Amino acid sequence: MVGTAGGLTVRAPVTDLPLVLDQVSLDAGGAKILDRASLTITAGAPTLIVGPNGAGKTSLLRLCMGLLSPSAGAVTWGGRDDRAPVRRAIVFQRPVMLRRRASANVAYALAHAGVPRHARAARVSELLDRVGLAELSERPARRLSGGEQQRLALARALARDPEILLLDEPTANLDTAATRSVEEIVLRAAQGGIKIVMASHDLGQVRRLAGDVVFMLRGSVREQGGAAEFLDHPSTLEARNFLRGDLVF
Amino acid sequence: MVSRLRRFVLIALCGLTLTLSPAFSADRSIVVASTTSTEDSGLFGYLLPLFTAKTGIAVKVIAQGTGQALDTARRGDADVVFVHAKAQEEKFLAEGFGVKRFDVMYNDFVLIGPKADPAGIKGKDIETALKAIKAREAPFISRGDRSGTHTAELALWRQAGIDIEAGKGPWYRAIGQGMGAALNTASALQAYVLSDRGTWISFKNRGDLDVLVEGDKRLFNQYGVMLVNPEKHPTVKKDDGQAFVNWLISPEGQAAIAGYKIDGQQLFFPDAHKKGS
Amino acid sequence: MADDSSAWQLILAGDPVLLSIVRVSLAVSLSALALASLVGLPLGAMLALLRFPGRGILVVLLNALMGLPPVVVGLAVYLLLSRSGPLGAFGLLFTPTAMVIAQTIIIIPIIAAPTRQSVEDFWHEYRDELTAMGVGPIGRMMTLLWDARISLFTAVLAGFGRAAAEVGAVMIVGGNIEGFTRTMTTAVVLETSKGNLPLAMGLGIILVALVIAINAVVWTTRTWSERQAG
Repeated sequence: MVGTAGGLTVRAPVTDLPLVLDQVSLDAGGAKILDRASLTITAGAPTLIVGPNGAGKTSLLRLCMGLLSPSAGAVTWGGRDDRAPVRRAIVFQRPVMLRRRASANVAYALAHAGVPRHARAARVSELLDRVGLAELSERPARRLSGGEQQRLALARALARDPEILLLDEPTANLDTAATRSVEEIVLRAAQGGIKIVMASHDLGQVRRLAGDVVFMLRGSVREQGGAAEFLDHPSTLEARNFLRGDLVF
Repeated sequence: MVSRLRRFVLIALCGLTLTLSPAFSADRSIVVASTTSTEDSGLFGYLLPLFTAKTGIAVKVIAQGTGQALDTARRGDADVVFVHAKAQEEKFLAEGFGVKRFDVMYNDFVLIGPKADPAGIKGKDIETALKAIKAREAPFISRGDRSGTHTAELALWRQAGIDIEAGKGPWYRAIGQGMGAALNTASALQAYVLSDRGTWISFKNRGDLDVLVEGDKRLFNQYGVMLVNPEKHPTVKKDDGQAFVNWLISPEGQAAIAGYKIDGQQLFFPDAHKKGS
Repeated sequence: MADDSSAWQLILAGDPVLLSIVRVSLAVSLSALALASLVGLPLGAMLALLRFPGRGILVVLLNALMGLPPVVVGLAVYLLLSRSGPLGAFGLLFTPTAMVIAQTIIIIPIIAAPTRQSVEDFWHEYRDELTAMGVGPIGRMMTLLWDARISLFTAVLAGFGRAAAEVGAVMIVGGNIEGFTRTMTTAVVLETSKGNLPLAMGLGIILVALVIAINAVVWTTRTWSERQAG
């Protein structure tokens, strides 16, 4: 847990890894969104979750973040099952900007991550620098472009000093240039030791980023393995069809 | 952000406290429950600064109808009552809410109506006039608020042999408001109305109204003042309240009442010492 | 305040009685507004965020109370504060404090009801982000109130308008005492009953002008803050 003592942030030796989903099902209004999905996430290269729309990628990420609780099965973080976000952060497909300046958005995340007031200003500029928004720090967050907002959301997520960073198709609505800058930030985070778990249906992106891949279809995990292995020799028929660009459901 | 908000709220509160303190400070003051006629006629606006200058006691006037003013005092929310309905005042005394009643001054009621005078009452005595209004069913505005003027009006109908409760029709309108409001309504509706002379003289919105009946002995209007009984309500400021009562009936206070004039007309006639009360 | 002078002469001459009336009006209404905001904003936010049995009834009640007749509040406060009432010992009846209490009660629902609506709308939008950032219940309330500030300006302004325009309650609990509890609205009633309609109208115009001026200031602040917040 995060606490402050004598003005210093003290992190108890708590870890959110491994993140384990054990036979997790999720029902919503009679429909089965996830069906006995199992998954173990450990430190290492980025894991990309692929699959067609409606496969359950977003719900899976929300479960991983602890925003949803499963209808059946269990989700644990480092063996614990309390859902309070400890050392994980998420970037949504359409992040919501707080109605304040860009810098204040980051400062807000820092404050709620337990960073003491006197340490925030330096961290804000460092984080904005890291996502390439240093010059826009005084701009109202809602006036930023889509790509800039996505980068600001990344800065907010990184402000939590996460072990696991969950990303839900962060580049789905972005053009090529904006996509590239988001991917660069993600890669640098991964190189810095943060475990990336990212949903995507862009196979090029999977090729560029993935260490391993989780293939989902109709609410269950169909295939899991190294990225090169999955992309070149998928073991299921559905994955082969998906990779070929066929419409799979 | 939160600290900025907190600071803003603090500054706002400090600012308000500063604005409020002079308005809210009250050192020596008494509350007088009185009638709309004394307030609306401007008498208090003239009289009270003289008293305050002499004694340093501020007087806060709540202007209500006589009945309501007496109720306010019954609840203990006033220190002194200054009203004009002798029967009600004596009932108040008998219930033990007042200490002693003093006559202060009188004026008289006048019957006001449109200059066209549809009931033909100009110059008649009050009994004939009321009978004519009833017979013609000419529009008449009643205060209808248990005030001194309303009480006097009801007594006048009785004296004229008219049971107004039974005999009233659409022509008789009880508005349940103060004297000024009744005059405004009469002016708008070309109606007859009973008013105390003081309010009438100082009233601005006369329109087509004029005094039609006056000078009748039955139109005499006596004002009395009482200290609210401190034994009933220990919060009554008895010393300052009594000082106000004493001043009103003192030669100085009586002279001040006589000195209040509008357009050269005297509105109230002091009579505290007429029969050694 | 001389009876035969017009309202404009009084303004130009800086008439002390008129100034005292304006000061009492503003002091009472702004104090009531500050208190009602301190209660109404968190109350609205709590109703928006907390889920408990009977919440629906409370929301309906709060919305209905926006139409609470001031005279009824005035009468209730009168009975409470009267020397014969339960709070009589404080001697607050016929004081500006009594007027502030009555107006505060009147405008709390006017501020709290729209606040609940705005905060609830914002909560739908912010829920995931705030939960993911580990923001606790108090932090959520503060954040949503702050981020909804632009819509809340309108609620607070409506509350001020109601307080400044209200006459029924302040007349009953204040007693319209000259120089002490006489406000713009009770002065208008008094001058009307004196038949001094031009002065009454003039006072009414001054009241409207003051309300417009305050609205203009708030609107300017709001526009500025909108530019800041994007």
